[in-house]
Amino acid sequence: MRYLLRRAAFYLLTAWAAITLNFLIPRMLPGDPVRSLIARFQGRISVEATESLYILFGLDEQKSLWQQYLDYWGNLLSGNLGLSFAYFPTPVVDIIEQSLPWTLALVGLSTILSFVLGTMLGVWVGWRRGTWADGLLPVTNFLSAIPYFWIGLIAIAVFAVAWPIFPASGGFDPGLIPSATPEFIGSAIYHGLLPAFTIVISSVAGWILGMRNMMVTVSSEDYVTVAHAKGLPERRVMIGYAARNAVLPNVSGFALSLGFIVGGTLVTEMVFTYPGIGYMLFQAVGAKDYPLMQGFFLIITLSVLVANMLADIAYAVLDPRTRQEG
Amino acid sequence: MVTPAQAPAVVTEPTAGSTRRRRGLTGNLLFFRNRKTVIGLVILGFFTVLALIGDLIAPYDPSLPSEVGLQPPSADHWLGTTLLGQDILSQILVGTRGVLFVGLLAGLLAAVLSVLVGVTAGFLGGIGDEGLSLLSNIFLVIPALPLIIIVAGLLPDAGGLTVALIIALTGWAWGARVLRAQTLSLRRRDFIEAARANGESTWRIIVFEILPNLTAVIASGFIGTVIFAILSEITLAFMGVTNISEWNWGTILFWAQSNQALALGAWWWFVPAGLCIAAVGTALTLINFGIDEFVNPRLRTTGKNAKILRARRIRARVGFTPVYRGTGKEQS
Repeated sequence: MRYLLRRAAFYLLTAWAAITLNFLIPRMLPGDPVRSLIARFQGRISVEATESLYILFGLDEQKSLWQQYLDYWGNLLSGNLGLSFAYFPTPVVDIIEQSLPWTLALVGLSTILSFVLGTMLGVWVGWRRGTWADGLLPVTNFLSAIPYFWIGLIAIAVFAVAWPIFPASGGFDPGLIPSATPEFIGSAIYHGLLPAFTIVISSVAGWILGMRNMMVTVSSEDYVTVAHAKGLPERRVMIGYAARNAVLPNVSGFALSLGFIVGGTLVTEMVFTYPGIGYMLFQAVGAKDYPLMQGFFLIITLSVLVANMLADIAYAVLDPRTRQEG
Repeated sequence: MVTPAQAPAVVTEPTAGSTRRRRGLTGNLLFFRNRKTVIGLVILGFFTVLALIGDLIAPYDPSLPSEVGLQPPSADHWLGTTLLGQDILSQILVGTRGVLFVGLLAGLLAAVLSVLVGVTAGFLGGIGDEGLSLLSNIFLVIPALPLIIIVAGLLPDAGGLTVALIIALTGWAWGARVLRAQTLSLRRRDFIEAARANGESTWRIIVFEILPNLTAVIASGFIGTVIFAILSEITLAFMGVTNISEWNWGTILFWAQSNQALALGAWWWFVPAGLCIAAVGTALTLINFGIDEFVNPRLRTTGKNAKILRARRIRARVGFTPVYRGTGKEQS
């Protein structure tokens, strides 16, 4: 319990740091592009909306920085992240609400799948080192050095253009209206397969490698030798003794590298024109839509923090030492 | 675990002891005898040469349009042409410099930052350590790429130098974390205690006693950051966040994507740039593996070592660590 409370305190602090960073960045950088954009929308924006944009970007020079910070928090807590420029006058919050479920489903599921798959393969390769299983290592090495989006490009070129079995873009059939019908869900899954495959292929290598190295290190520990000496079946030693201990650093590594992976998968969405956060962020960058970019950074960071929290809970379940009181 | 004897000791101080220096020397040779390291260094060397002379040997002006648009590879254009008839080989050759420059600069800056934060935190301990570890953990958890995108997007026409700075500021945390852990384990070793008893100043202990023993960890962190920086830079260029008139491999992919190269079936437009990225990334990873295996002999099972084991019908399995004789002596 104490462990989880400590972690929760850390995540609260990180969330605060991310929000404050989000507040400070536009104030440290030249503010002219934002001002000119607001000027362009003058007359079409209501006074209150202009006001909230001024708060977001710190253009109101009459107020002290501290007062601006308080206003910023007030805005944030009432769920006001300003208006999008590109999709004027839709509030940023609405756009996030629309695109977040797509990203959560695609990136969330494929990241977990890749971690589980990579860890299992890593256990196997690490246990059988010195055999042909080591031949898998150069392949994973090569895959982990390629940017995610390029594998996406190749996947489209092969499976959507040259050999059209999957759609090249979009999150669902354009003829359908998003709803909970089986037809729509089927179409969404069909469209999600290729991007999910890309994410798994490009991120699985890191897990195989990390788990393999931990297995190699753990398998020369005394308790593994003892388990062997007791005559336990090989499978039991591999899973119950070696893998169970080797997986712990991999899980904490998973938590720490989530931020990195999410960055890569967002770019995969851009390549596939998938209607999630990543693609929308791409659009926002292209249109210089600063409020939307800031809103996305905030929501991506908060999602990563929640995912980290879940990984920590998994760690606590796997490692009894963290559950010790005192 | 890095023991002082295993780290490539660049120690010139008499406190280090003569036996340690001798081992350090054979250790360095061992590092370069590793096949992975050699392959990695050769590939990296090749691209470094391209980065230096790329614009001299490029057959065409990379930005100059011509009438022969969208040509597959031929004798005139080895890697084909873009929709506007620009020569893709020239674009890749000229673009190499930007990729390596940003990657190495960002890696260097991030390495300096991580040494400053990590070693200070590990050596100081107490409240200073808590604060600095907290800082690096926060930077580790916040997703770096979206942060880089926001900052680069707010700066109009961010060039190579700006991008390198932003990447370094967001990418130092991992190295700092590893260095802190290593410094913590070194801090109470006998030779540090001896130096302290001799009355050496804190700075002298850090620079001459601790840092030489961290060389391998620092190098591995540096290479990791270079990989991260190159991938981030190319991703930014691919998204069109940075200045798209500066050629690098990401810019090529940006133009390929925005001109529908995929739908046109122009594979020569996006395949070579991607393969170059993969080659540089693989080279750097191989060098890092070399460092890892150098530091942790248990990981050395492939190559020569594995062949010898197989010849002797030894299966590397649980319970014992098959370390080749030449390297086994190193463990102290």
